[in-house]
Amino acid sequence: MKYIDEFRDGRLAKSVRAQIEAEADPTRRYRLMEFCGGHTHAIFRYGVQDLLPANVEMVHGPGCPVCVLPMGRLDMAIDLAMRPEVILCSYGDMLRVPGSRRRSLFKAKAEGADVRMVYSAADALALAKDNPDREVVFFAIGFETTTPPTAVALRHAIDRGLTNFSVFCNHVLTPAAITNILESPDVRDIGAVGIDGFLGPAHVSLVIGSQPYEFFAAEYRKPVVIAGFEPLDVLQSILMLVRQLNDGRAEVENQYTRAVTRFGNAKAKGLVAELFELRRLFEWRGLGPIPYSALRIKDAYAAFDAEVKFQPEYRTARENRECKCPQILRGAAKPLDCKLFGNVCTPESPIGSCMVSAEGACAAYYAYRRHETARRSA
Amino acid sequence: MTSSGERVELAHGAGGRVMADLIDRTFKRAFANDLLARGEDQAVFTPPPGRLAMTTDGFVVSPLFFPGGDIGSLAVYGTVNDLAVGGARPLHVSAGFILEEGFPLADLERLVASMAAAANEAGVGIVTGDTKVVERGKGDGVFITTTGLGVVPDVVRLGIERIEPGDAVVVSGTLGDHGVAIMSKRSGLAFTTEIRSDSAPLHGLVAAMLDAAPNIRCMRDPTRGGLAATLNEITAQRRLGVVLEENGMPIRPEVRGACELLGLDPLYVANEGKLVAFCPDDDADRLVQVMRAHPQGVDAARIGTVSDDPAGLVELVTSFGGRRVVDWLAGEQLPRIC
Amino acid sequence: MCLAVPARVTRIIDDETCVVDLGGIQKEVSTALVDDVAVDEYLVIHVGFALGRIDAAEAEQTLALLELQAEARDELTEVGA
Repeated sequence: MKYIDEFRDGRLAKSVRAQIEAEADPTRRYRLMEFCGGHTHAIFRYGVQDLLPANVEMVHGPGCPVCVLPMGRLDMAIDLAMRPEVILCSYGDMLRVPGSRRRSLFKAKAEGADVRMVYSAADALALAKDNPDREVVFFAIGFETTTPPTAVALRHAIDRGLTNFSVFCNHVLTPAAITNILESPDVRDIGAVGIDGFLGPAHVSLVIGSQPYEFFAAEYRKPVVIAGFEPLDVLQSILMLVRQLNDGRAEVENQYTRAVTRFGNAKAKGLVAELFELRRLFEWRGLGPIPYSALRIKDAYAAFDAEVKFQPEYRTARENRECKCPQILRGAAKPLDCKLFGNVCTPESPIGSCMVSAEGACAAYYAYRRHETARRSA
Repeated sequence: MTSSGERVELAHGAGGRVMADLIDRTFKRAFANDLLARGEDQAVFTPPPGRLAMTTDGFVVSPLFFPGGDIGSLAVYGTVNDLAVGGARPLHVSAGFILEEGFPLADLERLVASMAAAANEAGVGIVTGDTKVVERGKGDGVFITTTGLGVVPDVVRLGIERIEPGDAVVVSGTLGDHGVAIMSKRSGLAFTTEIRSDSAPLHGLVAAMLDAAPNIRCMRDPTRGGLAATLNEITAQRRLGVVLEENGMPIRPEVRGACELLGLDPLYVANEGKLVAFCPDDDADRLVQVMRAHPQGVDAARIGTVSDDPAGLVELVTSFGGRRVVDWLAGEQLPRIC
Repeated sequence: MCLAVPARVTRIIDDETCVVDLGGIQKEVSTALVDDVAVDEYLVIHVGFALGRIDAAEAEQTLALLELQAEARDELTEVGA
């Protein structure tokens, strides 16, 4: 497969690995946060960590929309699904995630709710057309990558007056989350676990461009390298970060030049700006409420906003106090530091946000790196 | 033949003349064998020498007809293969049908014809059976349960207790074909592909393998949950590890493509005409050669080695040069966006 | 986050739809978010929508740079041996 296989080439990986080994200064640590779950997944799936010297550490960030969606919002989706007139459409990712009292959309389905897995927002729209006597609600989750497809579906529904279609909007914004991490005391305080640089998102940046990260490089003096999602992209970007840190530079560099430009996809950004506006405050699971970190549907299109149409009630759900996800999401702790990891909290019955999706740091550790933990305890 | 438009009615399962007609016209005619023709409540026969093997499996699949097969042939091959991987020569199969009211009789006839052809190919008779009808909305067209009886020659001893560290792990062909063929027809996912289900009987391949390498330790057919589930079952039970090599893993480009698109891992996708075998390292090359000479084993390959890992983990050395665990799946594998 | 794959355009259906190929499977996707789609170019597909395109020249350049590094290293290894 073109543009995929070339970037998984083990021979090329060896040379980048040797380059990193040669250039990484053995007297210092390089703590690099990959913001995106996509990078976390690539790192674990291809064993990228095995190719890095011990002093180059990957810190796994909060860039997984399933992980950061607060339980209260999932509970709202379940409440919507339980309404007899509603067909709730969800991406496959959300179906198994437990909300309060360990209820999930799958469990709601077993109780009789009409929950449908869709691959695309367009499929939800088609369901609304085919079921004029039902209310089709699209459970929209995701970062800047997934928002434009929701916007296209919404635009179609508005233009065609498809009044039985609405969107339960949970779209969130990447730069706001990075700011939150950089502003958090455990990252800012001298001496605490810190982050030296960022691997920037690949497909989010395809939409928003590399420009929004320039602020982080300038204001917080942290280098950012926008990295493709294939393992060779990740390795090459790590080398670029090591070089910036060695040189004392803090710039935005783009490794994923084959797809990302400085200003991104103007058409996609334009459509999103037309239909959505910023929420003043939105809660992130593990990180807490973050100002201006999410989108809502503009009042002019309130008829297509499931939150306005059905008024589901938001209740804050209580998280387990032992869970270290808040620290893990900021890079201040690793999954193995958490008491719950692997015994109480597993992918089959996740407690914290980092275990709920295959992209979460804890789930990735559990699924792909358990040979380390298993042997350590054996 | 049934005239087009006729459908299954509750009467077809009620025990009266309508049911008798259906059984005579559809099942007996298609499955035509002496044991079934006797029309008794049971099939009576004298087993050949050797140990008897018995297995049962329920089949629910949507869609009922898919590229490369249908629920009928699948119900025969699935059970035949469960016997074959135990070293058994399949003898007889029973079939229980649960039909949904309203199911087109023409479709039922197609399925039954396909079952008869599959039984013929596998060299087994469908010697006894049952039909029930459930009300519309309480079934998914048709569910089939098959039970198979086979005979294992006394010289054949297969079992996971015989696996040793250092043994080779061999698969009989490309992985994930069945699962991807089914997914391509599911609403919502719909994509176009030439991929067909690998649904096929494996008893002939198994016989050739046992002939060439009598020291084969054990065999399994990696159906639901794919290769990953099968290997994890074995390693967990035996407290042994398996180290797989991603390079050389037989996977069709179309299966890789579909998995990239939907965020799935081919190691977890279902197969219906593949087996995985464990054998002594020395026998592996010869075994693979013999398998490749058989129509059901053209793409056979050695994919890994048994290790003495006490943690019982399945690991993969990636083509990229790293290493990772191939874990059990947490629930069903779902297409994902992230 | 954000699973997206590059796939080749095989057919244009209308202004907002085309068919792409990935490893031999074909899928209809929306091109509502990209302009001027051409047959044979590679689009980046996420949840059934094209979000952008692959710049073939840039991709080649990235790979050429990686190749150059690999060759330089191979030579070094040979000299060392």
